[in-house]
Amino acid sequence: MTAPGGAATRPDLALASRDAGLRGWSPQRMWSVAGAVVLVALVWGFYAWDGAQTTAVLGGTVRAATLLVLGAMCGMIGERSGIVNIGIEGQFLMSAFTAFTVASMSGSLFLGVVAGVSTGLAMGWMLAAMSVGLRTDQIIAGTVLNIAALGLTSFFYDRGRSLGQPKYQSIELGPLADLPVVGTALFNRPPLTYLALVLVVVLHVLLLRSVWGMRTTAIGEHPGAAATVGIDVIRLRYWNVTLAGGLAGLGGAYLALESVGTFTRAMSGGRGFLALAVMIFGRRTPLGAYAAALFFGFTTALQGQFQLNDTFDIPAQFVGMLPFVVTIIVVAAAGLFGRMRDPAALGQPYEVR
Amino acid sequence: MTRTVLRAAAVPLASVVLGLLLGAVLITVQGHSVLSAYGALVLGGAGDADALLRTLQKATPLVFGGLAVAFAFKAGLFNIGGQGQLLVGAAFAAGVGFGLEGVPLVVHLPLALLVGGAAGAAWGAIAGVLKATSGAHEVIVTIMLNFVAGNLTDWLAANPWQDRSGSNIIARTPLVEPSAEIPTWGWLPAGFVLAVMAAFACWFILERTTYGFEVRSVGANRHAARYAGISVGWIMASTMAVAGLLAGLGGAIESLGVDGRFEAGVNVGLGFEGITIALLARTNPIAVIPAGLLVGLMEAGAAKMQFESGVAPEIIDVIQALILLFVAAPLIVRWLLRLRDRPDAPDRRLTLGAGWGR
Repeated sequence: MTAPGGAATRPDLALASRDAGLRGWSPQRMWSVAGAVVLVALVWGFYAWDGAQTTAVLGGTVRAATLLVLGAMCGMIGERSGIVNIGIEGQFLMSAFTAFTVASMSGSLFLGVVAGVSTGLAMGWMLAAMSVGLRTDQIIAGTVLNIAALGLTSFFYDRGRSLGQPKYQSIELGPLADLPVVGTALFNRPPLTYLALVLVVVLHVLLLRSVWGMRTTAIGEHPGAAATVGIDVIRLRYWNVTLAGGLAGLGGAYLALESVGTFTRAMSGGRGFLALAVMIFGRRTPLGAYAAALFFGFTTALQGQFQLNDTFDIPAQFVGMLPFVVTIIVVAAAGLFGRMRDPAALGQPYEVR
Repeated sequence: MTRTVLRAAAVPLASVVLGLLLGAVLITVQGHSVLSAYGALVLGGAGDADALLRTLQKATPLVFGGLAVAFAFKAGLFNIGGQGQLLVGAAFAAGVGFGLEGVPLVVHLPLALLVGGAAGAAWGAIAGVLKATSGAHEVIVTIMLNFVAGNLTDWLAANPWQDRSGSNIIARTPLVEPSAEIPTWGWLPAGFVLAVMAAFACWFILERTTYGFEVRSVGANRHAARYAGISVGWIMASTMAVAGLLAGLGGAIESLGVDGRFEAGVNVGLGFEGITIALLARTNPIAVIPAGLLVGLMEAGAAKMQFESGVAPEIIDVIQALILLFVAAPLIVRWLLRLRDRPDAPDRRLTLGAGWGR
């Protein structure tokens, strides 16, 4: 894989061993596998008890997870390159807006997706220009994106506009869709969900196995060292943050054209920030992030289901807090128990000397 | 002295001008007259005593919100939780405001303000304590707490504290007792006086006390501060509590002095504008006052602007975002103004990202 990184030298392979180390059976890994087994058993039990409701919750889980994992992948490419992106929320919102507007005006959902991804790329480039080019503080740069997106989409928001066509509909993947438990949840989904799933796998391989992935890790860990082996740090950071914006743009298009089917003010609703927690929880790997996204998606789906059928007498507001409280606990616990280490150069602007 | 102030103010002032210019382009593109739009904006914000009162009322929570961000900034913490801290402050102050009856004003009003501020302080302290004990990044935690606070105060206003008079179904508390109302003297709301006093108090604490020195040391270099014997964890936790107190007071004044009650969904977004204010003021507590007044004026005049020239009031949000962009990326403005990029320039000190996740 040729990367927009510059010279043809291999980056030092010692960096690869950090990821390779994660493949050993650490106690954390055993705990997460044990947790997964319990979870699967629980889901199976619930499915046997109430099939229709379990299917609804699982479907909601996958639906919420798709948006979260797209945002998390956007965030992790940036963070692995050394750039913090807290502007995912704004990237979601802005691209949801353009995707919806273009799809509504042109009558083509596909053009809407193209517009959404393009907007995401443009927002990614803006973040790169501010944080890499102008060396603005990265947290502030991300905040600028969020506030700008909220302001612009509110200003141009047209209450009377509708999509004028149905949103993306589910496509059944043959006999796979008839599988029990996961059939409907995973294999009877609209197209962007499948695309996101493919992207998760592809990006996982690319980040952990390709030359581009190694270089990205290198510029996030020690940009000075990366530069001495011939990697153009500034250039690669620009490319990565911009392209990562495309993933958030796809997330915005997904939100407007597949998940909801319309645009409303501030519709991203904090999920760009949840995506950051998902990224941290998933240890900055796409597959890990998808597992984390499924977990967060599950809390969201559960919340929706609780509100729908009044099984439990819990006020809607407290159920609504659930994903956010879980995020706080996860982030705090990750700091207390996790030995997870951030990329060493994260958040620091790189200056060519 | 004057030269220093001018140099420090050059980038923010230029940012405001640039933001307004780009806003003018947007207004023109939409087919409205820039002159009548901005004219109505200024008249609506400062044209008469009523307009001035509106501006000062709008500026009050903005100054508090700006201080809440600026104070935390001095310790190297980015407080995006002003929104949540403001909401709990507003809700709990209103709770005390309508819940106690037959208490004299000299007791009731301070108590209501205090409870509002304390609620905000507690809300802010959560993020500070988590940061100090587990390293959980305050940006993520405060954002999540914003959503939790939104849900919590919605619930308070819709259930235990709901106004049951008549056929009210809106999620809001009853009106606060007259003994908990913040007075207004002509065009001058007493709440704004409190905001100005808070700004000077912040300046004094940060610049003239040992505690303030420790806060700034932690902000300048956490590791050096720890080496010098400063308890970094305590400074982080207490700084976030002070930031929360400020935002909470802003919310309390909003409930007790402007709205007269707490209503779910009314104060949404107020806390986020504190970020713009703080950056526009370069995190200087005194400069937060003019920054808050400027944005307050734009917000107070937005309605008149829409009425007279048809420009959507959301243009204010766009202009604010543009101003924030220019303030945050001072290299653009410095290049435009042909200012030399000096290493000791005040705008080069705004750094937060390096502490991410640690």
